[in-house]
Amino acid sequence: MTYALVAGVLFGLYFSLVGIGLNLVFGVMRIVNLAHGDMLMLGAFIAVGVVGIAGIDPLFAVPLAFVVFVLAGFLLYWVLVPRLQGSTNPEMLSIILFFGLSQVIEAVTTIFAGTSERSIQSRLLGTVFTTIKVKWFGGKAGGAGPIQILGQGFPAPWVIAAATSLVAIALVYLYLYHTRLGTLTRAVMSRRDEALATGIDVDRVSAAAFGIGLGLAAVAGVFAPFMFGSVTPAFGADATVTSFAIVVLGSLGNPLGTALGGIVYGVFYMLVQTYLSSWADLLPYVLLILILLLRPSGLLGRRVRVA
Amino acid sequence: MRDASKHLLFILAPLVVVFALLPGAYQNHLLLFNFVIFLILAQGVNIIYGFTGYLPFGYVGFFGAGAYGFAVMVMHLQTPALLAVLVGGLVAVALGLLLTPLLRLSGAYFAIANLAASLAVLHFVANPALEGITKGPYGVSLTGTFNPTNAYYAAIAVLALTVGGVVYLKNSPFGLALQAVREDSVSASMAGVNIVKMRVIAWLGSALVAGLAGGIYAWYVSVFYPDNVFSSEFSIFAIVFALFGGVATITGPIVGVLILYGIYNLIGFTTPQYFQLIYGLLIMGLVLFLPAGLVSLATRRGWHVP
Repeated sequence: MTYALVAGVLFGLYFSLVGIGLNLVFGVMRIVNLAHGDMLMLGAFIAVGVVGIAGIDPLFAVPLAFVVFVLAGFLLYWVLVPRLQGSTNPEMLSIILFFGLSQVIEAVTTIFAGTSERSIQSRLLGTVFTTIKVKWFGGKAGGAGPIQILGQGFPAPWVIAAATSLVAIALVYLYLYHTRLGTLTRAVMSRRDEALATGIDVDRVSAAAFGIGLGLAAVAGVFAPFMFGSVTPAFGADATVTSFAIVVLGSLGNPLGTALGGIVYGVFYMLVQTYLSSWADLLPYVLLILILLLRPSGLLGRRVRVA
Repeated sequence: MRDASKHLLFILAPLVVVFALLPGAYQNHLLLFNFVIFLILAQGVNIIYGFTGYLPFGYVGFFGAGAYGFAVMVMHLQTPALLAVLVGGLVAVALGLLLTPLLRLSGAYFAIANLAASLAVLHFVANPALEGITKGPYGVSLTGTFNPTNAYYAAIAVLALTVGGVVYLKNSPFGLALQAVREDSVSASMAGVNIVKMRVIAWLGSALVAGLAGGIYAWYVSVFYPDNVFSSEFSIFAIVFALFGGVATITGPIVGVLILYGIYNLIGFTTPQYFQLIYGLLIMGLVLFLPAGLVSLATRRGWHVP
């Protein structure tokens, strides 16, 4: 029980990081980024690349992935979004547009990484684990085993991923509530039209949010090989669905609700897996539907948004 | 109603006749069958998305439910295939009824909830704990009813039903009311349209045709796994085909399926990742440059497209 709870919180913190970028993008632009999971997948490939080429701790891939994807986000934003916003039903069309993008990303990754990436993956994954062990335990005093929390042992990567997620969420909070651009971002989130009318450069704010959202997804992706075991180009689609479940649990459009949603999801996931393992795959979706129906605004939502 | 009979005569009838005659002239019957199935699904998406604006991102849930409805009837009650297909359709309608509360959600919320619902049904059916009923993740084998020729003609009958339904929507006060609800539900409600009833009927109709298609698909392939009949490709393809042609028209989804699924089969199977790349770019280009579908090329010039 304790194990399931603590593992749930660790996974939950990580899941929050997985979902928060998706939520930021939806909250600011009302755009459903179905390619979110593919950003995660690319982040994971950056981590694998960093380890494979430089042979250093994959934690160094975190800032690299973030910067690369923030820039990529700006670029994508200017190519795709203004045109999309001009159409009649941007929210619906965004789903289809970003599905197309996710197909392109998956295809390009497969072309470059090859179709036999699985065997390469597992070999690389081994070196990733040993690297992390050397970095974190070879350097520190002795203990080469799992990290102890409340008398239970947990794999070190879980704890590191959870800690990084916590830092990332705190930074998102600081950005949204203690910087000028963040205040503008919140203004655009609550009323896009009024923000535009008061002279806020909505495009600039949105581009920043889009870039940061993609960057956070990539950072989450860096840890994906440790949390999910392995990563293939086809991993993106599953990750997208999971992210959606988390984001809706928290509340669509409220990035900080995602933190709560992630933890609820994580704890729930671990508990179900421990006690009802054959139903574990089913229950997150049922939970998602129930929450949508009973409380469409999510656990922390302010406004109910129904037809 | 003159328009309606014109539509039946010049769109529905040729479509049915061509697909009924093609197996004699063209050897790849599986491909023809898939064309018919995707025509049904694209028109089903057209009914719910084109006429009410709800994007059914988990549309395959109905398809899979129909397939498993068929499988369970045949495996456990040894019913004749046609009856089992009808039951498959009813199972999908029942699932649709169960999911009607989702219609309270709007926009992306509905799409996501629908996606989650289809995944929930998949994991329910594929659950090893239900192996006694659905055979769980191990798939079903229905060799006893295997009869691709009859299944193909049944599929054409369902296609006729579906296209007939769309012709009705296009030419009836009911369809007009649905479109009014899609454009502005408050105004439509003020004008005396019963919004909830309208949406539920369209939703269930759309579920029914997908369920029938699923049942027939199960009949045709006779051996399948949960992941086959709940593959999200069915939802995505049906939506993309319908959108590519243009929704809320009769011809749009048909043109979309014929062109896109045709391309898919021309370039699809040799190098899947290049195909995926082209397909993704095509979808993106479609949304960015032709969001109202191919038919908008004609309507923009003032031509009327049925």
